[in-house]
Amino acid sequence: MIMKTEFWPVFWKEMIKFFRFKSLFFTTLVQPALWMAFFGTAMSSNFDRLNVLYSIPSGVGQVGYLTFMGAGVIAMTALFTSLYGGMTLIYDKNFGLMKEMIASPMQRSQIILGLGLSGITKGFIQAIIIMVFGTLFLGVDFFSQQNLPGIVCSVLGILLFVGTFSLGFIFLSSGIALRLETHEGMQGIMTVLSMPLFFVSNALYPADAFPAVLKALSVINPLTYLVNGIRYFAIGNDFYALGKHYIYTTEIVSWSYAALLIFTLCTFVFAMDSINNVSVT
Amino acid sequence: MERAIITVRNLEHRFGDLQAVDDISFEVLQGEIFSFLGPNGAGKSTTINLLTTLMKVQKGEAIVAGHNVATDSRSVRRSIGIVFQNEVLDRDLTVRETLEFHGMIYQVPREKRREIIEDLLEIVDLGSKRNVRTKYLSGGMKRRLEIARGLMTRPKILFLDEPTIGLDPQTRLKIWEHIREINDSGTTIFLTTHYMDEADNLSDRIAIIDNGKIIVTETPDNLKQSLGRDVIRINTGDNRAATSLLKNNSHDLSISRSDDGITLITEKDGSSVLPSILNLLNGAGIDLLNVDVKKPTLDEVFVHYTGREIRDEPTDKVQPRPRPHRRR
Ligand SMILES: Nc1ncnc2c1ncn2[C@@H]1O[C@H](COP(=O)(O)OP(=O)(O)O)[C@@H](O)[C@H]1O
Ligand SMILES: [Mg+2]
Repeated sequence: MIMKTEFWPVFWKEMIKFFRFKSLFFTTLVQPALWMAFFGTAMSSNFDRLNVLYSIPSGVGQVGYLTFMGAGVIAMTALFTSLYGGMTLIYDKNFGLMKEMIASPMQRSQIILGLGLSGITKGFIQAIIIMVFGTLFLGVDFFSQQNLPGIVCSVLGILLFVGTFSLGFIFLSSGIALRLETHEGMQGIMTVLSMPLFFVSNALYPADAFPAVLKALSVINPLTYLVNGIRYFAIGNDFYALGKHYIYTTEIVSWSYAALLIFTLCTFVFAMDSINNVSVT
Repeated sequence: MERAIITVRNLEHRFGDLQAVDDISFEVLQGEIFSFLGPNGAGKSTTINLLTTLMKVQKGEAIVAGHNVATDSRSVRRSIGIVFQNEVLDRDLTVRETLEFHGMIYQVPREKRREIIEDLLEIVDLGSKRNVRTKYLSGGMKRRLEIARGLMTRPKILFLDEPTIGLDPQTRLKIWEHIREINDSGTTIFLTTHYMDEADNLSDRIAIIDNGKIIVTETPDNLKQSLGRDVIRINTGDNRAATSLLKNNSHDLSISRSDDGITLITEKDGSSVLPSILNLLNGAGIDLLNVDVKKPTLDEVFVHYTGREIRDEPTDKVQPRPRPHRRR
């Protein structure tokens, strides 16, 4: 019970600031909207033209590019938001704000847990907005042939994946932030991390045709597993996209979730070690 | 017999080769204002960091509010409030949110938080600023907010690390007033400062600290009286010659020369000593340029015990804080 309430203030403070800076909140939503509106619509007119080249067996759904990448955009947004979520710790550390918490009876680990919960919440809000915005205005074809209870279950499934993934990356970025001195260093590392993570995944295109090295990298990339989960719940377990036949068996989806869990556990250990060793005096 | 609320025995702290705190022992009595007076780098903040459990004790022992800082840090933390030397405020939170957050991390129940916040805003005169973000407060308001925050948890002891550093004289007076009020309501205060007037005005007892060592611990009055009754400052045409002349001929004076004149400390009434000094100087043909007789101040006390003056020079610890804008 005490464990539960102790990190609440950290979460409370993060959310106050998240909603206080409307422009910040807005920017994090504009990015996915722009990706879908421009990259998505532009590419779908190209890719969808090629679909006639592939013969698709009857009875299996053919999915447009926008719908295919919509899942990737949700994943991308979760990645960027949570990767930058730890940045706040650099300020807290450099400007001494962390002293207030470190000197209180609250355990240090609660700082990380509170930040993690705020990361999950931000990820949820953004994922839901993208799903609503994409399906209503951009023609993303999610949850087709699902009835209302089915859609609710699918959305919950997507949030489970997004939440676990966001937690993993906020732990990772918190752990890194606590070990760095400068904000510029953090910015550099985030840039170096985020681009490869994003492009060496199946977010925008199938990863199967990658050269061997990239393919290996995509296998250890948590983003790949998040995208698997989102596509399974949003599109279905058997569909064609970009000429590729996608089959998501229960085993594949379970393994994808397990991979995310393992990733999150590792980054949790890393973040805890960082906070327990940080010096604030 | 008054009870000690802080007991420190043979406390030491090293940063590599640097002995920042060097075998200090002292007691702070319940209900008093106790000050550490010393120049920058003396070891004041390090001592506070040790007593507030922000740093691990390397050597020695400290009992704060009945709990050992090394073995029972959580209980110590529950009993104390801290105002750090550097400003520690989240600039994006409002005054009320700042206090609210602090109450929350100490698990003060919601209703009680509201009540205490209203009280404290009243005490530090920030009621009209409750919904203003801290970045829009003046330096003095920020310091008052930090003091109020230190009191959010109704601590037995409030630690104040250089509470008026860098503030203008009027704001300092106001903060002194708040500190006295807080002390009057029963909170023991441990204060560090490098301002003589601050230590003199506020403290029940002062410990002069230099190079990590406590040199003397006394009440301000006793410290001043320990020097003698009067201080005579003179300036002559030849201070060097005058100093040696006086040293050879006046045995009941303590004499020291600095750039701005000669300081003579006497056990007798200053005005009764002056004629003989004038005669001596006259006889040697040294012109007397000016004379000033006064009671000893803490400045002279400090020079007497440490052999130097405190200068209000900025060090690496007291730089203005950079203010980058925040983004995520
Ligand atoms: N984290 C640290 N690492 C190394 N040296 C330090 C550290 N903190 C303080 N010092 C040194 O310890 C000495 C005492 O510092 P401090 O306690 O901050 O003095 P004060 O608060 O009296 O100005 C100074 O010489 C200072 O440079
Ligand atoms: Mg200091």
